[in-house]
Amino acid sequence: MKKTVKLKTPLVNRIIKSLRAGDEVKLSGVIYTARDRAHKKLAGLLTANKTLPLDIKNAVIYYCGPTFCKGKLGSCGPTTASRMDNFLKPLAKAGLRATIGKGKRSYAVREIIKKHRGVYFVTYAGCAAYLSNFIKSYKAAAFPELGPEAIYEFNVVDFPLIVGIDAYGEDIYSDI
Amino acid sequence: MREINLEKISYELALRANINLRGDCVRLIDKAYKSEKSTLPKQALRIILENSVIAIEKKIPICQDTGLPLVFIEIPEGVKWERKYIDKINRGISKAYKEAGLRASTVHPFGGKTSFNPDIIHLEFSRRKTLSITVFPKGFGSENKSRLKMFNPTVSKDEISDFIVTSVRDAGPSACPPFFVGIGIGGTSDYALLLAKKALLERVDKPNSDKPLRLWERNLLKRINSTGIGPMGFGGSYTALSVKIRMHPTHIAGLPVGVNISCHALRSASFKVKADNVKVI
Repeated sequence: MKKTVKLKTPLVNRIIKSLRAGDEVKLSGVIYTARDRAHKKLAGLLTANKTLPLDIKNAVIYYCGPTFCKGKLGSCGPTTASRMDNFLKPLAKAGLRATIGKGKRSYAVREIIKKHRGVYFVTYAGCAAYLSNFIKSYKAAAFPELGPEAIYEFNVVDFPLIVGIDAYGEDIYSDI
Repeated sequence: MREINLEKISYELALRANINLRGDCVRLIDKAYKSEKSTLPKQALRIILENSVIAIEKKIPICQDTGLPLVFIEIPEGVKWERKYIDKINRGISKAYKEAGLRASTVHPFGGKTSFNPDIIHLEFSRRKTLSITVFPKGFGSENKSRLKMFNPTVSKDEISDFIVTSVRDAGPSACPPFFVGIGIGGTSDYALLLAKKALLERVDKPNSDKPLRLWERNLLKRINSTGIGPMGFGGSYTALSVKIRMHPTHIAGLPVGVNISCHALRSASFKVKADNVKVI
C-alpha cells in the first residue's frame, strides 16, 4: 500500500528504511542543489582526499540548476538524474543519503542505494514554477564560479516527492 | 511604412516563449488531464497545468531549463535581409534572458563561462507573403533523446514506425513526458532532424491536412501511448500528446528518419507580419 508521509531532514536510517518505492513524500528542511559540473568537482575532491565544501553526511542532493531574477529564486525543477549516476558511488560512500531528480537510473545506482541504505526521489519534472512555491529561502553554498551549476542550499517546506528507488533497491521505473 | 524593430520583437518573443506555455499545448494537456483515470498520472497532469499558471503569475520560466533559444526566420519576397539583423535578434534574446533571469545554459563544449545565446539561426527565403520570426527555447532533457536512422529506400512504413516508437520508449521518463513528438522523413541526415524540429513548431492540436500522414500520426500516437510510460513515467494513458510528421524528397539510395522529442513544456513564440510596406530596423 502506497502512503503519503511528511518528513524532515536529516533523513536518518529509521526514516529511510520506512520508505517504499511509490510512496509520496512531503519533505521539509535543507537540501543542496548540484548538477553535472558540481558533481565532477565533488568527486574530484573526494578522490584527492580533500574536504568537501558542504556537510555531506545524511545530506540530500537535488539535481537542479535553478534560475534567479534580481536576487530572487526563480524556477527550480529537477534535471535528468542518470547523468549523475557515475558520481553517486563516491558521494554515497562519503555519507550522502538521498538524491532528488527526474527519470530512470542505472542498475548500478539501485545497488549503491541498497548497499548504503539510501533513497532516490523523483519530483515533478518540467514544473519548475510550481516547485518554486515550496522553497522558502536559499543561499549560495559552494562553487560560485559554476554560475547556474553552483551549489545552493535550499530551505524547503513540504517539497513534493515520490520515492523512485527505495533502500531495498525497489525502483518505480523497473518495468519501463 | 511600418517599422519592424527586430531587437524589441525578439526580446518579447524570448520572454513569451519561456513564460507562457503555448495555447495548443495547454489545450492538449487539459484534455488529457480531464480524461486520465489513474490517480498519480492525473495528479502529474494537474500539476503541469498549475505550473503554467504559476509561471505567468510569478513571471518566471515554465522550466528552469530555458534551453538553447533557437531562432527560425522566414523571409518573404521583397524584404531585404542583412547579417546585422541577426545580430539585433540575438541582442534582443540575450537581453530578455539576462533581464528576466532566464538561465544561462549555453556553454563551450568543454566548459567555461556560461552565456545566454548560442547564435543558432535557421534562415529560409520563403514564397509566402509573411515575414516570420520564431524563438524556440529547446530544453536538453528531451533534446538529448533525439534519434536519427538512415533506412534503406525499400523500408516499410511499419519498420519506420517501430523505430519511432522505440526512440520514444528509450527517451523514457527523464525526457519529461507527456511528449510532443516531431518526425522528419527524407532529405539528408541533418535535414531530416531539422524537419523533425520544425514539425514541433506546427499547431500540435491540429490534425495534419494530409490524410495518409494524419492516419500515420494517429497510429503512432496510439502505439506510443500504449507503452504506459505516462506523465513523469507514472503510467496511465498519455505518454505523448501529439505526433507531427514532415516529409521532404530524398535520395534514391536512402531514407533518413529523424526523431525530435519535446517535453510537455513545448515552448516557442512567433511574430508574423504581412511583408508589404514594412521596414526592418
